[in-house]
Amino acid sequence: MKQEYVHYLSDTVKDLQPSGIRKFFDLASSMEGVISLGVGEPDFVTPWNVREAAILSLEQGFTSYTANPGLLELREEISKYLNTRFSVDYHPADQIIVTIGASQGLDLAFRTILNQDDEVLIVEPAFVAYAPLVSVAGGKPVAISTSPENGFKVTPEQIEEKITGRTKAILLSSPNNPTGSTLNKQELEKIAEIVERYDLLVVSDEIYAELVYEDEPYTSFAAIDGMYERTILLNGFSKGFAMTGWRLGILAAPKELVEVMLKIYQYTTMCAPHMLQHGAIEALRNGYHEVEAMRASYRRRRNYMVQMLNQIGLSCHNPGGAFYVFPSIRSTGLTSEQFAEELLREEKVAVVPGHVFGESGEGYIRCSYATSMPQLQEALKRMQKFIKAKSLV
Amino acid sequence: MKLTKQEIEILKILEENHRISVETIALMAVCSEETVKETLKKLEDRKIIISYPTLIDWSKVEGQETIVAMIDVKVTPKRGVGFDEVAERIARFPEVSSLYLMSGAYDLSITIEGKTMQEIAAFVSEKLSPIENVVSTTTHFMLKKYKHDGVLFEDGGDKDRRMVVTP
Repeated sequence: MKQEYVHYLSDTVKDLQPSGIRKFFDLASSMEGVISLGVGEPDFVTPWNVREAAILSLEQGFTSYTANPGLLELREEISKYLNTRFSVDYHPADQIIVTIGASQGLDLAFRTILNQDDEVLIVEPAFVAYAPLVSVAGGKPVAISTSPENGFKVTPEQIEEKITGRTKAILLSSPNNPTGSTLNKQELEKIAEIVERYDLLVVSDEIYAELVYEDEPYTSFAAIDGMYERTILLNGFSKGFAMTGWRLGILAAPKELVEVMLKIYQYTTMCAPHMLQHGAIEALRNGYHEVEAMRASYRRRRNYMVQMLNQIGLSCHNPGGAFYVFPSIRSTGLTSEQFAEELLREEKVAVVPGHVFGESGEGYIRCSYATSMPQLQEALKRMQKFIKAKSLV
Repeated sequence: MKLTKQEIEILKILEENHRISVETIALMAVCSEETVKETLKKLEDRKIIISYPTLIDWSKVEGQETIVAMIDVKVTPKRGVGFDEVAERIARFPEVSSLYLMSGAYDLSITIEGKTMQEIAAFVSEKLSPIENVVSTTTHFMLKKYKHDGVLFEDGGDKDRRMVVTP
């Protein structure tokens, strides 16, 4: 930033730190032959029927705006989908917004509920956008650290410790990026008691809800008794349907909140792209068998990764969802930044150092297994060589 | 035959790539290598796993190109044995690479491979048509393979276009 512009900038933006992922992106992009376990998106291309529906939409000339919250036809499909999959009831007319990715849903939620210095509790390690989005909306992110002894799950006691008079909301993400940990019904119910007691809201990021690998069914926070009225539910097409680049998210909430959010949305965004909404309709109508096939494929790769990482000496808990494993590299004596940087330079395997997801991520690395089996096998071979060469374990 | 969830899982892993090692299958399906070996033996014995062929695009190999034809065959079924007797007879010819009984306008669908068009013509006129109960044949020559057994032959459209590190 040139010096002469600094005095124009808002303090909020000046204080905002760029994501620590950027550095690894720059480094890895400058190298040849890198195997990347650093990618936060599916390795599948969007199923053809969905792509074809968007192409058809363009061919037919659907290039205009749609209603602010999205095509009613799409919201009806979303409503059915949320009901069938997660047993939550949202009315298509006034409780659903099709957002530009779940990230925009987060932004909308925070701008809608936060006054200056209102606090939002964020369970860490956490997705890199959470805290900055709270700050940009004028709020104060308050981190709650979790650890692998608890499977990176937050406990009610940890939440209660951080609650102050300014606490407005808790941000939950299950399954979590980067740890892959999930919260089951009983665990959510315990959190719900606190939410009720302290009269809080919950922003529930459920973007990875389709990617859970254990037998027990996924529980949405909005499906917990008494929590429907207190939940801003975020979901989307990116992860489960392999549609990251489409930028289509789902926001569902009580209609009083949606009404207010739409005030912001109509001025900032107007609507999600028309032709892409047609693709999303096709995804919900005829795309579910593909979701199941992708889930099965991720499950196999997770099983492989967790066991192999433990075998080569990086202790790794078994995550219930998403497509990340979050092994500890403490036994190596390196910081996560050193580990990731040396691994990249010496063995050309890109991982993301855990500290970029919050302080409690220090000592861990995030490895995405959304990459083909041969690539995973080669990456693990290189990681084993790296650890041996340094006699790190 | 009813299989367990784990047996089906092992089949699905193999269906994608049969060269995958027993060790890797065991890790992916979360079981012991012994279990994988026993399961494979059992599924082979029961002819659920029929064989482990490799999908090869011979059209790319000089001197190895083959001509493929699909033949629709009408036959008169025989009392007591239906279509099975004549189908089994046709299936024994080594040049027949697949044979299905179909619903609709004809009865048997044959895929046949040969070195030349003459070879295929000879098969139809000298071996297939003279078979008792074969009423008629219609031969279609295959011009180009785009997809076979769920696999695209030229998969240029689905390259990994992701950025190397993303949040």
